[in-house]
Amino acid sequence: MTASTTPLIRAKEPAIARRLFSAPAAGPFAALVLASVFFSLSTDQFLSGGNFSLILQQVMVVGTLAIGQTLIILTAGIDLSCGAVMAFGSILLAKLAVDSGLPPLVAIAIGILVCGGFGLVNGLLVRLVPLPPFIVTLGMLNIAFALTHIYSDEQTVTGLPGPLTALGRTFPLGRTDVTYGSLVTVALFLVFAYALNGTGWGRHVYALGNSAESARLSGIRVTRLTVGVYAVAGLVYGVAALLLVSRTGVGDPQAGQTENLDSITAVVLGGTSLFGGRGTVLGTFVGVLIVGVFRNGLQLMGVSSVYQTLVTGVLVILAVTVDQLSRKRTR
Amino acid sequence: MNDSAAAGPAGQQPPKRQDDEHPGAGRTSAEPAEPQVTPVLSARGLVKRYGHVTAIDGADFDLLPGEVLAVIGDNGAGKTSLIKALTGALVPDEGEIRLHGEPIRFAGPLDARQHGIETVYQDLAVAPSMDIAANMFLGREIRRAGPLGTVFRMLDKKAMRRESAEYMSELGIRLGSIGQTVETLSGGQRQAVAVARAVAWARSVVVMDEPTAALGVKESAQVLDLIRRVRDKGVPVILISHNMPHVFEIADRIHVHRLGRRAALIDPRDYTMPEVVAIMTGALSVTADGGTVVADDDAAAAAGVRRS
Repeated sequence: MTASTTPLIRAKEPAIARRLFSAPAAGPFAALVLASVFFSLSTDQFLSGGNFSLILQQVMVVGTLAIGQTLIILTAGIDLSCGAVMAFGSILLAKLAVDSGLPPLVAIAIGILVCGGFGLVNGLLVRLVPLPPFIVTLGMLNIAFALTHIYSDEQTVTGLPGPLTALGRTFPLGRTDVTYGSLVTVALFLVFAYALNGTGWGRHVYALGNSAESARLSGIRVTRLTVGVYAVAGLVYGVAALLLVSRTGVGDPQAGQTENLDSITAVVLGGTSLFGGRGTVLGTFVGVLIVGVFRNGLQLMGVSSVYQTLVTGVLVILAVTVDQLSRKRTR
Repeated sequence: MNDSAAAGPAGQQPPKRQDDEHPGAGRTSAEPAEPQVTPVLSARGLVKRYGHVTAIDGADFDLLPGEVLAVIGDNGAGKTSLIKALTGALVPDEGEIRLHGEPIRFAGPLDARQHGIETVYQDLAVAPSMDIAANMFLGREIRRAGPLGTVFRMLDKKAMRRESAEYMSELGIRLGSIGQTVETLSGGQRQAVAVARAVAWARSVVVMDEPTAALGVKESAQVLDLIRRVRDKGVPVILISHNMPHVFEIADRIHVHRLGRRAALIDPRDYTMPEVVAIMTGALSVTADGGTVVADDDAAAAAGVRRS
């Protein structure tokens, strides 16, 4: 048995068109475009800059959470605690600034760092004990939820100083008012898209999600990487906490309860596999927009919010089905 | 007397096979005198105990430049422990390991890799959702020159793709595109990627743990062919395998491991497969002059060998 010695290797990338089609976010992106076209045709108000800015505002908090969630899911983990951690962070930075009288920027920094601390603890438990991410973050969900209520004494924090709500202000872009917070969210998406796609760290995250053991054998420091991913995700939740208070103008202990799962919904809709190792953060951005566009469009059509949730549920199951079937085909 | 070894690659033997200098009628002796050529990797008197269990019991080991050395042994003979000790995955309690003649202690697998010892694991080696180039450079990515690389940690994907393609063609591996994901490849092609990756980085030794275990006949043949080409590039290969036909087809020498130590170091052209199996199971033992004596009559009879 002698293999031919003429190598047939092309060092260049596959054609652009093929790459676009094979990109994991291609399907979700098509769905987003179709939905947008549909809502543009069925309602007058959908297709306007103001409405798009509104959609961005509506999704910026869950979108930011979904960035952290994407990182964790890419490592074949999951984070059920992101919304609760964000809620604690938002109460913490609001109360530190209002009740404890800390300078607002210091309060913000502490809030974000504490969220990072929650992530760090999650990561350490997942990697060092080790425990399944589902269980660790389920526990952390309850812990953060309880701490939020204990610390806030069930009271909404009001009278926030300017820096805490600065990201909720708008600036004109053409004839559309856009919040600074939306920009922060978009910027974070771009930063992490680069980090995942353009750096060795990103490749290691994917490798870890493919197989932790093979990543270790490839010389990747798996423990450091895993703990780092959870900690970075926590910091991102901290930014989400700031975005949350800037948008609502108060520190609300009841916040963040639906976002735990909504962030997972967005990640899955964006074509990222729950089994880890496949997916993109830009896909997650598309997934977030799909949820936002459907909610917004159905609302404009006068469909009640229960049906919006129903549609979201159907979409999630559809997305996971597509993921499973495509995985089977490539096997 | 030895049909299977006749299939061995003629004209591809490592330069330092010195059958003629041995007195034992062309037989490699079981306890060879110190070889004239400095072994690439060698060990003397390795011991590793786990409580009352002795996994390595005074094992010796020699890998010569440019050879394919098969390491065979029954399950539980301790060959995995031996290989782990040689690749830094475990630290022996006693004994000495030498790399290129210099005594060395590996702190861990990474340390061994930094000394040019690469291991191809059965099926764990590749990340299926990543492309071939990304797998080739996993854990050793090349960054762009200048601030793009140092500040922004930007990968030089072009360079990695180009070098991957070069390695692949050097080894005669035929694949569609270096940018396709590993999961689109067949089992043999995946193994080829894993082997190519190891060879690309191995300066001293490539260790392959059962590289054909999960493969079909045709794919196994391709991987064996690949191992030959690796050897011809001058990188010695340690091949751990249960597959006797594969061992006899590819190996220049066979290290038979039994009860935690080297039971024999033989030339596959001098022994038949049943004899080697008998040595492996303890039915035959190899004498100093390369002859065999029956160590266990019943076992030897069961194995169908009898010679002295």
